[in-house]
Amino acid sequence: MSSISRDDVAHLARLSRLAVTDEELDRFAGQLDQVLAAVARVGEAAVADVPPMSHAVPLTNVLRADEVRPSLPRDAVLAGAPAAEEGRFRVPRILGEEE
Amino acid sequence: MTTMTTGDRLVDYDEVLTRYEPVIGLETHVELGTASKMFCGCATTFGAEPNTHTCPVCLGMPGSLPVANAAAVEATIRIGLALGCRIASWSRFARKNYFYPDIPKGFQTSQYDEPLCVAGHLDVEVDGREYRVEIERVHLEEDTGKNLHVGGSTGRIHGADHSLIDFNRAGIPLVEIVTRPVPGAGAKAPEVARAYVTELREIVQALGASDVRMEQGSLRCDVNISLNPIGALELGTRTETKNVNSLRSVERAVRFEMRRQAAVLDGGGRVVQETRHFHEDTGTTSSGRSKEEATDYRYFPEPDLVPLAPDADWIEQLRAALPELPAARRARLQQEWGISGTEMTWLANAGALGLVEQTVAAGASPGDARKWWLGDLARRANEAGTELAELPITPAQVAELSGLIAEGTINDKLARQVLDGVLAGQGGPAQVVAAQGLAVLGESDELVAAVEAAIAGAPDVVAKVQSGKVQALGALVGAVMKTTRGKADAGTVKRMLEERVLSS
Repeated sequence: MSSISRDDVAHLARLSRLAVTDEELDRFAGQLDQVLAAVARVGEAAVADVPPMSHAVPLTNVLRADEVRPSLPRDAVLAGAPAAEEGRFRVPRILGEEE
Repeated sequence: MTTMTTGDRLVDYDEVLTRYEPVIGLETHVELGTASKMFCGCATTFGAEPNTHTCPVCLGMPGSLPVANAAAVEATIRIGLALGCRIASWSRFARKNYFYPDIPKGFQTSQYDEPLCVAGHLDVEVDGREYRVEIERVHLEEDTGKNLHVGGSTGRIHGADHSLIDFNRAGIPLVEIVTRPVPGAGAKAPEVARAYVTELREIVQALGASDVRMEQGSLRCDVNISLNPIGALELGTRTETKNVNSLRSVERAVRFEMRRQAAVLDGGGRVVQETRHFHEDTGTTSSGRSKEEATDYRYFPEPDLVPLAPDADWIEQLRAALPELPAARRARLQQEWGISGTEMTWLANAGALGLVEQTVAAGASPGDARKWWLGDLARRANEAGTELAELPITPAQVAELSGLIAEGTINDKLARQVLDGVLAGQGGPAQVVAAQGLAVLGESDELVAAVEAAIAGAPDVVAKVQSGKVQALGALVGAVMKTTRGKADAGTVKRMLEERVLSS
C-alpha cells in the first residue's frame, strides 16, 4: 500500500519552494514511498522498552560560554550573494506574504 | 449601536460586554541581553552596520554547527522560575521549517513539544482586583534577520520593488512566553492584558535578562482575542494580532478586536481565525494575509544540538540567585515608605519606583524623593516626550538637591532653577548653585543693603507699617525679593525688615 500520495509530494514541493513537474510528481511519489517503507522497518525493532532516539551520542547540556567571537568581514559575507545593495542581501520582491 | 471605522463595523465597548465574554491570550517575545548570539559568537549589539555581526552559523552556511549559549539557557530558566514554572528535566530544540528571506537556514531553531519551562503563572492587579494569568510555556529560540523593503512608497512590503536583508539580528536569543487563555477578565480584559505585559516586562528587567525596550523590538507582543457569547459552552474563534509595540497598544488592540469581533458575531457572521496587524496611528487592526500553509511547519528535533537536561542542583542554584521580584519589592517599599497602594501604583506606572528607591538610598526622605520625581521631573519628562529614567539627572543628584533645600542653602523656588541647570547639563546641583550664585542669601551685606534700600525707597509704606498696618510690610518683602532675584529667604527678609522698621 502506498503511504505517500501524489498530493503529499505536491504539497511538500510547494512548502520547499521546488518546481516539480507532473511527471516528476508520479516518479517522486513512487521513490519516496520506497524510502519510507525502508525507514518504516525501524519500527519492527522499536519495541516498547526502546525510547525513540533523536541523537546518536549520549550527550546533554553541551553549551558554550557567552563570549563574543569575531564575525566574518562583510565583504566575505556578501561575496556569495547573488545580489547585494547597501551592505545587505538583495532579494526579489516578496510576494503573497504578510508584512 | 454600531459605527463604521476603516471599513470595520464596531460595537460600542460597553455593549460588547452585555453579550460576550472576552478571552485573551498573550505570546511575548523577549530578546535576551546576552553578549553573543544563541548558537554562535557573533555580537548582539543593536544598531551595528548591516551584516557585520554574522558568521557561517547565523548565515546558515552548509556544514556550520551551532552550540547553545549557556547564558541564554540560564536566562530562560530564570524567567521560568520567576514565573513559577516547572523546569523541564529534558528539553530539546526543534526545527520550525518555513521559507522566508529573513530566515537564512530555511528553518528557525526553536522548541516544540519539549520546552524548557512549563506551567507557571503571573498574578496582576487591575483596579484593586487580582487576576491570575496562567503561563503555558517558556521556550528558547532564535530571532530572524531584518527586511528592508525598497521601492514602495512607505517602506512597506506592498508595492515594494525588492527587499534588502540584514542578518545582524538573525540568531539573537529569543525567549517566547505563552499564556494559557485568560477568561473572566470581562470589561477589564484590555487592562489585564496590559498589566500582564507590564509586569512581565518588569520581571525580565529585574532579572537583568533583557533591556525589554518595546520601541527597539527587544520585547514584542502578539495578542490573541476571542469572544464567547455569554452562556455558550464552546469557545469562540480567536484572532492573533501582531505588531503590538507598546504597552498602550496592547490595551488598544484588545479593545478594538473585542468591538470588531462583536460586530461580526452580531451580524450572524463568523470570526475568521487569522493573523491581524495592529496600526499604531489609528488604533485599528487589519487582516494580514496569512503565511501560506502557515501551520505546516514540519517540526522535528534539531539533530545538531544535543538535548538540555538541567539537573536539580543547577536549577536550585539559579533559583537561589534570583533577585527580589517586582511584586515583592513593591510590597516592601510600600511598607517602608508608608504609602498607600494607589500611590504605589502611580509610582510604578510613572516608571519612578527604582528612581525613588535610589534617591532614598542616596539620602533623601521618601516624601521628598516622591515629590521631585512625580512632580517637577514627571512634568519635564512629559514635556520632553521622554521617560523619567531618560532625563539627564541621576537619583543621587535629586537627593543632593533635596539635601541643599533641607540645609537651607536653597529654597524650593531656587531648587527649580537648579534643576533647570542640572537638566541642561551644567553639572550637579551644588555645582549649579555655585556657578549661578543661586544659594539663599543669609544675613549678608548684600541682603542688608537690599533691605535698607527697600526701606529708603518707600517711606510711605514704612509710615503705614509704623502706624499699625503691619500687612503693608509685604510690599517691602516683595521689593527685596525682586532685588535679590528670589535668592533671599522670605522669612529672613521679613524678620530683618521688622527689626528695622518697627523698632525705629
